[in-house]
Amino acid sequence: MTDARATAPRRRDLLSLIGAAAGGSAMYLAMTALGHAQASDYAGPIQLAGRPAKASVLILGAGIAGLVAAHELRRAGYEVQVLEYNDRVGGRTWTIRGGDSYTELGGARQNCAFDAGLYVNPGPWRIPYHHRALLDYCKRLGVPLEPFIQVNHNAYLHARNAFGGRPQRYRAVQADFNGMISELLAKAVKADKLDQLVSKEDTEILLDALQDWGALDDDFAYRAGPYASEHRGWAKPPGGGLSAQPIDSTPLNPRDLLTSRLWRGLGVALDYDYQTTLFQPVGGMDRIAQAFAREVGDLVTLRAKVTAIRQDDAGVSVVWQDTQSQAVQQTRADWCLCTIPLSILSQIEMNVGAPMAAAIDSVPYAAAVKIGLQFRRRFWESDEAIYGGITYTDLPISVIGYPATGYFSAGPGVLLGAYAFGPYAYEFTAMDPAARIEKALEFGAQIHPQYRREFQSGVAVAWHRVPSNLGCFGLWTEAARAEHYKNLCAIDGRIVLAGEHASYIPAWQEGAVLSSLDAITRLHERVMKS
Amino acid sequence: MRPQGLVAAAIVLGVPAAMAQTFGSRTHFTEQGGAAIYAGVCAACHMPNGLGASGAGSYPSLAHDARLAAAAYPIGVVVQGQRAMPSFAETLSDQQIAEVITYVRTHFGNAYADGVTPAQVGAARSSR
Repeated sequence: MTDARATAPRRRDLLSLIGAAAGGSAMYLAMTALGHAQASDYAGPIQLAGRPAKASVLILGAGIAGLVAAHELRRAGYEVQVLEYNDRVGGRTWTIRGGDSYTELGGARQNCAFDAGLYVNPGPWRIPYHHRALLDYCKRLGVPLEPFIQVNHNAYLHARNAFGGRPQRYRAVQADFNGMISELLAKAVKADKLDQLVSKEDTEILLDALQDWGALDDDFAYRAGPYASEHRGWAKPPGGGLSAQPIDSTPLNPRDLLTSRLWRGLGVALDYDYQTTLFQPVGGMDRIAQAFAREVGDLVTLRAKVTAIRQDDAGVSVVWQDTQSQAVQQTRADWCLCTIPLSILSQIEMNVGAPMAAAIDSVPYAAAVKIGLQFRRRFWESDEAIYGGITYTDLPISVIGYPATGYFSAGPGVLLGAYAFGPYAYEFTAMDPAARIEKALEFGAQIHPQYRREFQSGVAVAWHRVPSNLGCFGLWTEAARAEHYKNLCAIDGRIVLAGEHASYIPAWQEGAVLSSLDAITRLHERVMKS
Repeated sequence: MRPQGLVAAAIVLGVPAAMAQTFGSRTHFTEQGGAAIYAGVCAACHMPNGLGASGAGSYPSLAHDARLAAAAYPIGVVVQGQRAMPSFAETLSDQQIAEVITYVRTHFGNAYADGVTPAQVGAARSSR
């Protein structure tokens, strides 16, 4: 879900540089050493062996973690009930379409006016191929998937103070950065600066590699010419017939490129989370929630606000309020799987031991804002030949995400017009939705001048104002993990927690799935022993 | 002290005045003065009127708030964070934190006249 876990931009920049300079394997080794790459450890469909003797589980929250647990625990023979605050299932797995309305904290109501078939995913919007547990549920539940375009060489990298504010094509930045580094390294090799590191025999191979990878010419220079154009594109591309001869393009000035920091945008695609192939559900991310709802929707009580969770030797009683009738109710079960975000759970009365209570209180929640914008024509395709993918910018909107579906249609299209984190996200959140959209248009128009003329309508979701969540995802620090993570995940009496906050894949649906599978596996073992 | 240094650098480099307020930096807040800092940062959750909001959980109201009587409490919350509320130690300078806490303690029905100083914030920061 995140390009920018708000932590450590410096480390990310370092990783980008390592990756861009040394290739994927060096990047991966560096990431592993820095504790960044986290593989999904999914081992195939869960097997909860043995039938529990009439045991009941109350699940709090019908997001991905709660839905997975409801599905699997019922299959294993448990009596299952689910309480959900929202009037829909899915939690952060959420899609807003035309006709939907959404009221945020503070009371601002947005009525989405997108055309039929168009949508924005305010939460997760992409699924890496290695998120095997979530993809397996999509397969088993029949959720059609299509490729999500992460890298588009014809999208832009943009910085306000670089190249007069003109966006540069990803392809050109990548070619020029690789070319610049290769030329520098080739010069060092030829001046015997690296003879301590590279043997004489390997020097020739290294020079071959640099020439190939960096598009260097016969003099090991990166400059305008056929080699550079093969990577960065032409001023006039090769054609057919009488005027077919191509004209080479001119690389960016190396120093300008370095100081522009546009190379930051190249690093994203080197990150394990964003390596191809990525997927999205056809029609919106909430297709996953709807598929689960077909299986376990009958177990879910919507509009239920949990106010107290009390366990005793025999079971767990949960007090909740029907948010429509205001009636206060109580539900009891033998066990409780609680997937409520810690931003909410830390405010709910609950009698767990001090270690779990301290863990629940130890995780601040990240700010994030997404803004969907509908334009009357898909100008990014027709005018600029950008089909899916992401433009990265240092403007507060951070990204422009182009729809990876519906290509070449004549009608309107919806862009992701902002995906803000950190201070920018707070500042967007503090505005009312109309002002957020206006700002997204103002910033986006610096990259696509067509914005003002073509804009039709927008939807802005600021996660700190989402009533069910009060924040986007749990921002663990390594120190907090060391002190609290195991206490958060351990079963406390008859209560166990699950969700992205109880995973090492924060903010991603895969973290919620794996956390849930781990929690119910341990819960089932406990039940079978008791 | 890093945020203050960067703010100073941004001003020296000639960032336009409007930019030095909202949306001035991806790493820290550039709003200056208690009212602007409250409106640009705190209002995201505590709402422009300071009354907070309630959904599945709540953002506490800051209006008529007896917990603000001793400045050390709000200073500690902003510097260290509290439960789901993040720390703002890396994104606001001592000066900004002092200004915004002074602002909240003298608005929204609060009238605590003793202004908060950057030195008080600095002391809380170093005891984190």
